[in-house]
Amino acid sequence: MVYKFVTACFLLFVSSIVQAQSGDFSRRTDGTPDISGIWQALNNANWNLEGQAASQGPIETLGAIGAVPPGQSVVEAGTIPYQAAAAEQRAQNFSNRRTDDPEAKCFMPGIPRASYMPQPFQIFQTDSDIMMAYQFAGAVRTVFMSEHMEAPIDSWMGWSNGRWEGDTLVIEVSGLNPNWLDRAGNFYSNAAKITERYTPSGPFHLDYEVTIEDPDVYEDAWSISMTLYRRVEESTRLYEFKCAEFAEEIMYGHLSKENYFRNLGIDINGGNDE
Amino acid sequence: MSKSDSLKSGILGGLCLMSLSLWSLSGFAQQEGWEMPRTSWGDPVIQGSWTNSTTVPLQRPAEMGTKEFYTQAEVREILNRQLNTEYAETEAGTAADVHYQFDDYGMNKTADTITANLRTSIIFDPPNGRLPEPTEGALAKLAEYTAWRNEHQWESAKTRGLSERCLIWGQEGPPMLPLGYNSTYQFMQTEDYVILQLEMIHDVRIIPLDGGDPMDNSLPQWMGNSRGHWEGDTLVVETTNFSGRTFANGMRGVNLSSNTHVVERFTRVSDEQISYEFTISDPSVWKQSWSGTYPFMSIDGPMFEYACHEGNYGIENILSGKRREELDAIEAARQ
Repeated sequence: MVYKFVTACFLLFVSSIVQAQSGDFSRRTDGTPDISGIWQALNNANWNLEGQAASQGPIETLGAIGAVPPGQSVVEAGTIPYQAAAAEQRAQNFSNRRTDDPEAKCFMPGIPRASYMPQPFQIFQTDSDIMMAYQFAGAVRTVFMSEHMEAPIDSWMGWSNGRWEGDTLVIEVSGLNPNWLDRAGNFYSNAAKITERYTPSGPFHLDYEVTIEDPDVYEDAWSISMTLYRRVEESTRLYEFKCAEFAEEIMYGHLSKENYFRNLGIDINGGNDE
Repeated sequence: MSKSDSLKSGILGGLCLMSLSLWSLSGFAQQEGWEMPRTSWGDPVIQGSWTNSTTVPLQRPAEMGTKEFYTQAEVREILNRQLNTEYAETEAGTAADVHYQFDDYGMNKTADTITANLRTSIIFDPPNGRLPEPTEGALAKLAEYTAWRNEHQWESAKTRGLSERCLIWGQEGPPMLPLGYNSTYQFMQTEDYVILQLEMIHDVRIIPLDGGDPMDNSLPQWMGNSRGHWEGDTLVVETTNFSGRTFANGMRGVNLSSNTHVVERFTRVSDEQISYEFTISDPSVWKQSWSGTYPFMSIDGPMFEYACHEGNYGIENILSGKRREELDAIEAARQ
């Protein structure tokens, strides 16, 4: 009797391990994977998709807080196949990254950058469409699952037409405003076509693969791949990150009364500047 | 610029639309024979594209006392008058003649679905349809802010208004209020969440239902911390934990406190309408709570992205214009 009980417990234990390891994610009533929940990348893609050794960041006064951590490339071929002019543009972006990176300016991050910002995002699966809400800049997009259409207008988060291919959610994104892909100045133009693939490999992981085509910027299509992790802490929620106010100094600081007249060498506080 | 025939037909079309709406909007009772659409898990469907654009003002004109509803004849006359004013011929060569081409960009009021109804005001409590009396503290803050603003408002981006800085707009709430500009909403729903996406300013209210995880109330939020639950077929959303940085309605400079409490009730009453009712209280701002109601009307989607901050040329132009003015004054004084 005791022996049978122990065996039963052991089998239960083993089967639960096997379940977790064999990618036993839950499914919705229509049979498609349930990928709703809060997700986040745990890598350095947002620093540089091509990867980098540790280096000093653009703001030395932040000390090691502002340093660039090391991380390997998430680009499948290792590097991005830029056209010559675009490679120059990328180098220029890098030089001006402290003020020109759309992240520094609190602009909506576009796709795919929104997926690997160092802040969580949430997937909602409704009876028809899917919604993805991002903590960074409060960006949001609807993934249209049935009524596909060409992007009616350009936007920062683009136009997303989605479909299930087996257990993979495939989203084709177009109509994106030109944007950066990371803090290193990698970028796309508004000719970009992005194809995302989200495949659950278990209850807590999504394989995330993205193909980026842009005939104005790259020689060929190229791809990145990474894992997205489910935020499992019970307290995890998306909170507001209305960052426009944090970007005001770099965007409009030169136009404040104090800075503007100081830069002109004019003392507006009663002193004599001549 | 003279008005065109297409504009006139737009007015007629708009009036017809509103006439239709009026018949169904004298109350929010469900239509007989209509069946509530339901999600696959059984909740009423509120998912879709909606507008709360309306001609009904938040506050009732004081002289109307406690008259809560117009007659149909009265409201038609008012709408006619408003539209005729909007489309009045302007005289070439006058300042009044410089205006938008109203049939471009949906600028004309008749281009939108309008949630016309017989109410004389959105506010129905207090019974005079007006915002309640402010507290002494609120009035003192109002005076203090007005003085500060006259002195400092042009100094930097940080001294400008919240909407100009693309931080939050007055209609976002909660409660969500129609302010006559981009009154478009996309509601989504799952078994655990209702998600209200506001066109302004691409803000999203993620509202956990009983099954969803609540926020940590020690982190103040611009739009507060909302929790929802279904009471029969009515979605009830309760919001607390506000940032204390947004202005109280009708009192620029008086911030709602972190103790603001809002209850919203959404009830789908037909294929075209959701009844929306709200109550807001903040004892540091008003001597009593106030309540209002209006319908959300179904519209064709999709809703487009409102990228406020990304396209904010306004704040740069405002500040550089002011700096130029100050510089001109300094140079003039030197001569």
